[in-house]
Order: sequence, then C-alpha cells, then structure tokens
Amino acid sequence: MEGHSQYTPKGGFARWLERRLPILSFMHDSFVAYPTPKNLNYMWVFGAILSFMLVAQIVTGVVLAMHYTPETTLAFDSVEKIMRDVNWGTVLRYAHANGASMFFLAVYIHIFRGMYYGSYKEPREVLWILGVIIFMLMMATGFLGYVLPWGQMSFWAATVITNLFSAIPVVGTSITTWLLGGYSVDNPTLNRFYALHYLVPFIIVAIVMLHVWALHVTGQNNPSGVEVKNVKRDTVPFTPYATLKDSVGIAAFLVVYTWLTFFVPNYLGHPDNYIEANPLVTPPHIVPEWYFLPFYAILRAIPNKLIGVIALFASILITAALPWLDTSKVKSAVYRPLFRKEFWVFLAVCIGLGYLGAQPAEGAYLWFARLFSTYYFLHFLVILPILGKIEKPEPVPESIEASIVRREASHV
Amino acid sequence: MTSKDAAVKPAEPSRRDILYVATGAAAAGAVAGVAWPLIAQMNPDASTLALASTEVDLSAVPEGQIVTVKWRGKPVFVRHRTSAEIKAAEDVPLSELPDPEPDAKRVQKPQWLVVVGVCTHLGCIPTGKEGEFNGWFCPCHGSVYDLSGRIRSGPAPTNLEVPPYAFIADKKIKIG
Repeated sequence: MEGHSQYTPKGGFARWLERRLPILSFMHDSFVAYPTPKNLNYMWVFGAILSFMLVAQIVTGVVLAMHYTPETTLAFDSVEKIMRDVNWGTVLRYAHANGASMFFLAVYIHIFRGMYYGSYKEPREVLWILGVIIFMLMMATGFLGYVLPWGQMSFWAATVITNLFSAIPVVGTSITTWLLGGYSVDNPTLNRFYALHYLVPFIIVAIVMLHVWALHVTGQNNPSGVEVKNVKRDTVPFTPYATLKDSVGIAAFLVVYTWLTFFVPNYLGHPDNYIEANPLVTPPHIVPEWYFLPFYAILRAIPNKLIGVIALFASILITAALPWLDTSKVKSAVYRPLFRKEFWVFLAVCIGLGYLGAQPAEGAYLWFARLFSTYYFLHFLVILPILGKIEKPEPVPESIEASIVRREASHV
Repeated sequence: MTSKDAAVKPAEPSRRDILYVATGAAAAGAVAGVAWPLIAQMNPDASTLALASTEVDLSAVPEGQIVTVKWRGKPVFVRHRTSAEIKAAEDVPLSELPDPEPDAKRVQKPQWLVVVGVCTHLGCIPTGKEGEFNGWFCPCHGSVYDLSGRIRSGPAPTNLEVPPYAFIADKKIKIG
C-alpha cells in the first residue's frame, strides 16, 4: 500500500547508502509512513508485543545458554548454578521461563483477535497460515526448552511427547527411537533438544519476517473488517500513531510480565520440576505447561492411542484451513450476530478444555473433555461452514471512515 | 508552522515537552536496568569467585625446585631458590633491567619466589630453568626471565607478576 510520506534521504551518507542498499527508505515505508487503519483498537497491539517477546526470549535465552550444560549428569545442577551462583541468574532464568508463558498468552490473544475480526479471510490467507506455522514452531520451542532443566517434568514431558509418534502404525517405534537417539530419553535426546531449542527461534524470526511482509502487502485488517479504500481518509501513518499505541500496549504487558517474574516466578511452574529427572519413577500427576492444556485434554479425551494423537495434531492443523471453512463473506464479528455468539461459546470451550487438561483424566472430567473436544471440531467443520450460509449479517459500513462516523453517531 | 503559531507558543518548556523528556528518561532508565543484568551475568559467578584463593604447602618443595600451582585458572610458579640463585638475583644492577625492580621487592622470604607463570607478552607459559639466566624462557616469542622472574630480553614488556600472597605458617602460603 502507498504510504503517507515519501522518504527523502537527508545528508550525504544517507544518499550514498540509499543508492546501494535502500534500507532507510524501506524502514521508512514499513514503520513510519506505513498506513494503519485509523479504527484499530487495543487488540491490535499484540503483534508488536509478540515481536517484543520474541526478542526478549532470544536475548534471555542466549545469556542462559552461556551458563547451561546440556549433559544429563550436569544439566540439572547447571540450572541450579544459574539460580545460585550466576550474577542475576535467578532473574534471567525466571524472565525466560515466564517469558514463554507471556509469549503464549500474547499469541492466544492475537489468534483469537484474528478469529473474531475475520483476519484470516481473503486476501490474508497466506498471512494466517504463516501465523499457524509460527504458532506450531513456538509450541515446539516451548516443549524443547521445558526439557532442558532436566527435572522430573522435563523428563516425562519428553517421554510422553516423543511417544506420541509411536502411535504411527508400522514405523512409529522406529521414528521415536530416531527422535530420542536411543531407546529412552537420555543424553543424546537432551543434546539434540538443546541444539534445536537454540535453532528454532531463529527460524521463527525468519517466518515472522514473512508474516510481516505478507501483512504489509495486504494491509492490516481492522475492527470493521472493511478494506482500506482511501489511504488519506481511512488510515493514519504508522509513526507516531501505531508506534505509540504499541508502546503503551507493551508497557502494560510488561507490568504483568515483570509481576510474574519478580513476585510469583514459580506460579505457573510445577514443583516436580525441581526434582532431578529419574528415568525409573514417573510423578503421580503429570501435566504440561498451561499453554498446552487444551490440546492435552483433546489427546486424553479419546480412548484410542492413534486417534488421540491424530486428534491432537488435527486440532492445531485445522486452524490453517479456517479461511476456507468460514464461508461468510463478512469478515468482522461486529456485523455477524450469530457468529458473534458462537465465537464466545468457542472461546469458552477452549478455556474449558484448558481447565480439563489440568484435571485427572477420569469420571466427569473425562466426559466433559469428550463433549468439549467434539464441540471444538464441530465449530470448525460444521458450525462455521453452515453459519456463513444461514446467517443474515448486519449492514457493513461502506468504509473505515464511515464505520467511525456511524459509531460516533450511536454514542451521541 | 506560521509566525502566528510561534508567537503564541510559550518560550519556556511546555507541559508536553516535560512529558516527552520524562517518558524518554524513564525509557532510558528501563533500558539501562535491563542491560545491567544481561552484561553482569558474564562476570565471574559466585563459584568462580570462591576459587579465588589457593593454599600451598611449601614443605613439599625441595631446594632448587619449581612447583606450579593453579590460582584462578592460571599457573603460579613457586620456586625454592638456592643461596647461589638468590645471590645471582640480588646482584643484578638495576640499570641492566628493562623493568627495573630489586629482587628484595619481589619476595617476602628470599628463598621463596612466587610469580604468576604467565608471560607478560601474550600469555604463554614460560619454561622453568631455561634461557640465558636459568630463570624462565618463553617458547612462544622468546622472552627471557631471570631468577627473580624479571624480564631481561625479548618482547615481553614487564616482569612476571607477583601475585598477592601471605605466609599463613612458616611453610605455608595463601595466594589471593
């Protein structure tokens, strides 16, 4: 999209550089003049928050890597050394561990924002799919990182997750053995998990660049779901408007992040992970980190190993098909009376699955998990395709400008 | 901005200017606060600092011998000098030394020479009882040290460093 201002290099060096590598005008077009819909609400600050968290995780992760030892007899002690001996080590480790939680919190809000306002719809399908890929890479990174402290939860998380692949018929056991580098989780596993935990975030950085590129080609969606028609009337320049709004969002987010890090650093952790890994004893109640719980609930809801594993992966992959499953031409839930209700039901189901994932897999918990898992898939495969056909949307404003005028008028 | 705007603009800093400066200062403070632990974590940790002193039992070192002990990860040479060696070290005129220092200033008891075994040129470990003065000779770039660990020839700029140490018993020292 055409921006609000044209970059003109000031000074000799800028002109010299511009002719050789037009990076200054690229930055200007992407982060200064870039037109942002002027009706964006605070749900749109999570992209910036996620970028911030990605950098924060990489920075704290690199410094932790300077002190961590990926070897089974030394790993647990090296983490304790970080906690006790390394200068500021406690803060750095808690910032990294809670940073993962905050990263997932932000990504879930970001995803549900996209679902509510139909941000995945034409022409943003590729943008959405890149987001799903980033989310899956984040889950992989989160899991790999959780194994590194080599506590009981680390060890048994690694065992359970790698055993998911043993459900594959015929070759499953061979694949698991290949993943582990042995017949059980051991030193080769820890070593490769560490290498991959360091690698994958940089792949995420690369995909994020594609994600932002795709975003800047199509332009941002907005609460009205109406595309930009007139750049001057419908949009404001990224700087100062979006930059400052994003800064306020990041500052507010940091309040929660630092509160977790400094005041309740172990609130989201499991005490069992402060017991060194023991390959001969499984803790009585193993639970994944909170951000995996809904998917874990789906896995456990199904009383068949292979189908359970398929359902687990399908529950994540199905989101990539969302642009084609949602048949409504109207993007934003603001103008979709039925979908608006369905959205909140779906959100409640997801949170409910998260709650059930943390409970023992027995009795009523199990039946509710089955009910909610079924609803989860019905939402994507039945409700959304049908809703788009039968729902009568409310009138959609002609333009972003018109949506603001309409809202102002209704407030008078 | 027109001249009319300039006329109504107050000369002193406006409320907005103060907010800008205050926000910028708070952000700069926050960045510095975050940078501090990220930089400080690379300094020696508590377990490294705990190794910062080493005790050496001198009774195990016979006259004429050099033992090498580790202090802060570096070699320290403890040399039990013979009376001939002490005399040779003390008799050198200061004018012959690139880094003039009398032998008496480099030892606490003349028979015990304690020096950090790291060549002051580029950090190699010199070999004992070698070189022109039978002190040390650095194989890397040819620096020659005498019986007091003083540089005599070659590229090294200064004498071998004398670490801080104290006699905690007649035959026992604590380095660091």
